[in-house]
Amino acid sequence: MARAAIPGRLNWRVATLVEAMDETPTARTLVFDAPGWPGHLAGQHVDLRLTAEDGYQAQRSYSLAAPADGTRVPLTVQRVPDGEVSPYLTEGLSIDYPVELRGPVGGWFVWRPSDPAPVLLVGGGSGIVPLMAMLRARRATAGRVPFRLIYSLRSPLDRYYAGELTQPDAGVDITHVYTRTTPEGWPRPPGRIGVADVNTGGWPAEFAPNCFVCGPTGFVETVAGILVALGHEAHRIRTERFGPTGG
Amino acid sequence: MGIVSPGFHGRRRPDVKLPPGQYLTEDFPVLSAGPTPRVRLDHWEFTITTEAGKEHRWSWQEMLALPAESVTVDIHCVTRWSKLGTSWRGVPLDTLLADIDTAADFALVHSYGGYTTNLPLADLLDGQAWLAYGYDGADLTAEHGGPARLLVPHLYFWKSAKWVRGMRLLLHDEPGFWETLGYHDYGDPWREQRYQGD
Repeated sequence: MARAAIPGRLNWRVATLVEAMDETPTARTLVFDAPGWPGHLAGQHVDLRLTAEDGYQAQRSYSLAAPADGTRVPLTVQRVPDGEVSPYLTEGLSIDYPVELRGPVGGWFVWRPSDPAPVLLVGGGSGIVPLMAMLRARRATAGRVPFRLIYSLRSPLDRYYAGELTQPDAGVDITHVYTRTTPEGWPRPPGRIGVADVNTGGWPAEFAPNCFVCGPTGFVETVAGILVALGHEAHRIRTERFGPTGG
Repeated sequence: MGIVSPGFHGRRRPDVKLPPGQYLTEDFPVLSAGPTPRVRLDHWEFTITTEAGKEHRWSWQEMLALPAESVTVDIHCVTRWSKLGTSWRGVPLDTLLADIDTAADFALVHSYGGYTTNLPLADLLDGQAWLAYGYDGADLTAEHGGPARLLVPHLYFWKSAKWVRGMRLLLHDEPGFWETLGYHDYGDPWREQRYQGD
């Protein structure tokens, strides 16, 4: 397993919202300006802290949605019904409002553009976010490594990054798996991801791809199990799970 | 006090005392880095290897034959959820370590699937740690670390290695999987030791 020491202390730094765009009716991309941000790798996440006027604080972790670009820190936040933090981030936070950020965090679920192995990304719901950072990192470095993305989502309305994913780069194949509602005339009936989806939309195990699987726990369990059954080596399957309580 | 985000109120829980930066969950979220290993009980074993290289080994049946305890503890994950009053059944590490001759100060725990984590040996003794195989009155599921996982509830939960297979007793500290990837060497939630340098 990779060993990379990350020295020094991660400090909280004040960051200001500079850009916001809706991805879906319940998900919003937030771009913060964080002076002194040290940069990050595609797939890493960040801790975010909110402070109320009376000093009460709440912290959550969010995946970074794009590779490092100066002091810009982009996150995509899914509103969790009844959540404590995500409703504020998706509906209450305005341009120029401050939050505090700490990171980057996590050195395992990362893709490095220097790695020549083909890549399989499998995302469920908001699990697409760190995978999108990897796709964007490939484009930002004019990478030639072949990528395949399998994106499982409830309906066409739930699609993040719709514009970018409609026009993928050369060398990137994208398969959508709709679990509840499909676009009109879609050949595959709605349903949960299964072995046929992973087999068709992924790489043969002999190609030894690096597999990144991100989504809710049940989704990740299912996909990681399928990949092992299809012959992928466990150490090439990296997972990140979003609990239902990420609110 | 930090920088105020206008209009943020949050949801206070004055009735519950949690470590700093944690929030309460009623669910049991899963944190792991790869596929869930499936370990057959007739192949399962737990080994403790001393710094002198002496191996102590228990099969599944031998482990089950040891006196077990039921414990109810709070658990705290570095990804910020805390879960209160979780019920476990398992063998105290005190029992497994009782007859082992060692001068080690550290343990490097290893799991089926290749995961490792390091702890001071003192944190595994004196009723602070268990080899847990039951959760909430049932067998521990694979998703949550079954057949057996380490349970060290006073540290962040990544120290409670799932699918545990054994440990090496060491004279010097040797960082495990998350500890080499930027997470704290010790991981005390009450001192919020999440990352290196905290």
